[in-house]
Amino acid sequence: MWRIRAFEERVGELTRANEVHGLVHLSIGQEAVAAGVCCALRTEDLVYSNHRAHGHAIAKGAPLEGVLAELMGRADGLCRGLGGSMHLVDVEHGLMGATGVVGGNVPLALGSALATRLLGGDRVTVVFFGDGAVQGGIFVESVNLATLWRLPVILVCENNGFAEFTPRSAHTVVERVSDVVAPYGLERETVDGNDVVAVREAFARFLAAARGGEGPFLLECLTHRLRGHYEGDPERYREALAAEDWQELDPIQRQQRRGLDEGWLDSPAQLEQEAREEVERAVLFARESAFPPAGLTDELVYAS
Amino acid sequence: MTETTYLKAITTTLAEAMRADERVLVLGEDVAEGGPWGATAGLVEEFGSERVRNTPISEAAICGIAVGAAQSGMRPVVEIMFIDFLTLALDQLVNQAAKAHFMSGGQLQVPLVLRTQGGAGQRGGAQHSQSLEAWLTHVPGLKVAMPSTAADAAGLLAAAIGDPNPVVLVENKTLYYRREEVDGEPVLLGTARIVRRGRDVTVVALSRLVPEALDAAEELSADGIEVEVIDPRTLVPLDLETIVESVARTHRLVVAHEAVRNAGFGAELAARVQEAAFDELDGPIERVGAPFAPIPFSPPLEDAYLPGRAEVAAAVRRVLAS
Repeated sequence: MWRIRAFEERVGELTRANEVHGLVHLSIGQEAVAAGVCCALRTEDLVYSNHRAHGHAIAKGAPLEGVLAELMGRADGLCRGLGGSMHLVDVEHGLMGATGVVGGNVPLALGSALATRLLGGDRVTVVFFGDGAVQGGIFVESVNLATLWRLPVILVCENNGFAEFTPRSAHTVVERVSDVVAPYGLERETVDGNDVVAVREAFARFLAAARGGEGPFLLECLTHRLRGHYEGDPERYREALAAEDWQELDPIQRQQRRGLDEGWLDSPAQLEQEAREEVERAVLFARESAFPPAGLTDELVYAS
Repeated sequence: MTETTYLKAITTTLAEAMRADERVLVLGEDVAEGGPWGATAGLVEEFGSERVRNTPISEAAICGIAVGAAQSGMRPVVEIMFIDFLTLALDQLVNQAAKAHFMSGGQLQVPLVLRTQGGAGQRGGAQHSQSLEAWLTHVPGLKVAMPSTAADAAGLLAAAIGDPNPVVLVENKTLYYRREEVDGEPVLLGTARIVRRGRDVTVVALSRLVPEALDAAEELSADGIEVEVIDPRTLVPLDLETIVESVARTHRLVVAHEAVRNAGFGAELAARVQEAAFDELDGPIERVGAPFAPIPFSPPLEDAYLPGRAEVAAAVRRVLAS
């Protein structure tokens, strides 16, 4: 979680310095979902992400250097500088794609799960999406098909209570995403998404069943987006969280308190320090990476 | 050489592809029942319901599932029953399928075939009859094929299934039952076919307008006008070279399709030819297409709306007079 937090805080700075380009959506405050889910997965398991993708990519194993170089539009980026923050892909680590279209790749995860069934193996597919994606027609179509075909896919909803700039109550009368899918009869659970242990335990139950070819499952993680919808969002639609409230919510501080209480964590500061040093190495790497050659744009329109 | 129909050529090609490669699967509305025309008839009996998958009426999800399956090792062939319904799946096609290879820096490939059909003339009204292929040609990353014969339907479908990119095959419902000889020759995407040789005017026609242009050519031949008819077969990639070579001989060009003229693919053809061979042209390029209106239902109005042999012949006479 510290690797994600340190990375994204640095990305925020680099965005303001105009070194990271484009629309940047940070997941600070939501790290427990990415970490709790991905730490249970194998490298060959497949993950789909969304416009707030950095945490999922890092938790799934994408190297910080490659992620940051991508955000900076460099040739050594995960996608050779052609994707950017919202479109991270790292096939080697099972990250099959993030999308800038809210909800747009939920059915792609179903397709990957279908491929696993037809080709054999016990690979599991996971798709992360926000509560804002649930009101789109493609979500309902996908839940219907995933349940109809009993696909081994785990739908992970990060319910941070805000769809872009407006609260969930302005989008729907259904408060819980797990209630939205209730008529389809799939196994579902809503957990405290800022508690990495709770996320991991609930996810692990679904994962074990999905390994056996069962599915689909829906895990709703109630969480909090500390930053705006995007970097630069003036956030006129909500009040800033009080510091003491954040201490209670922050998934990292909570896990550190748990570790200290239970005696398995000696030095939280050291974890933070190591993460920040790794991020600085990634910054140096990305800054030294060249911009992609001009011909790359034409070269990769079609596969051959 | 065997005689078959455009429709049976598709069924046979799908079956051959599924026999040759177990990664090929077919999915779409009612495909296990053969679909409304029977293009997938008999496949479920041979290959089973895991590989020939009926879907709900969820065009976006069907298309999205196919994209995910394609980039995870399968070779899905999706059927969207009418091209009019492709509107519901355009996010999946335009934002996901077309860009995955590019945006991933080449890591992903989407070997997806999307079969659909368009065309008017069967009193289907304005939501079951359109020709929307030009939209697709505006999206880098997609390939677009439009067979006009049974042989090309088979050849282009086989080529599309073997291609590592998303390919949309736009069939035409009024051509489905034409009986034709099929030689089983492979077709490369991006190769036009000179359907008829002629010295006076080049007509580049798409889909149903190919047989209409041939009829017009026979009529004009009686008046001593010899028309060369070219079927590009794929709009993306486009075999511009064959078209320009022809124009260099005839010096006159007519482009013809059933889609509305405004921003139709004919506009792109005209622009590309004048860029490549302006000096070869002896007069303005004529465009044949439907008027800028939705397709009317009433039979006499639909018949009057549809471009065909008469419109092609009139356009040829106009370019010769210019």
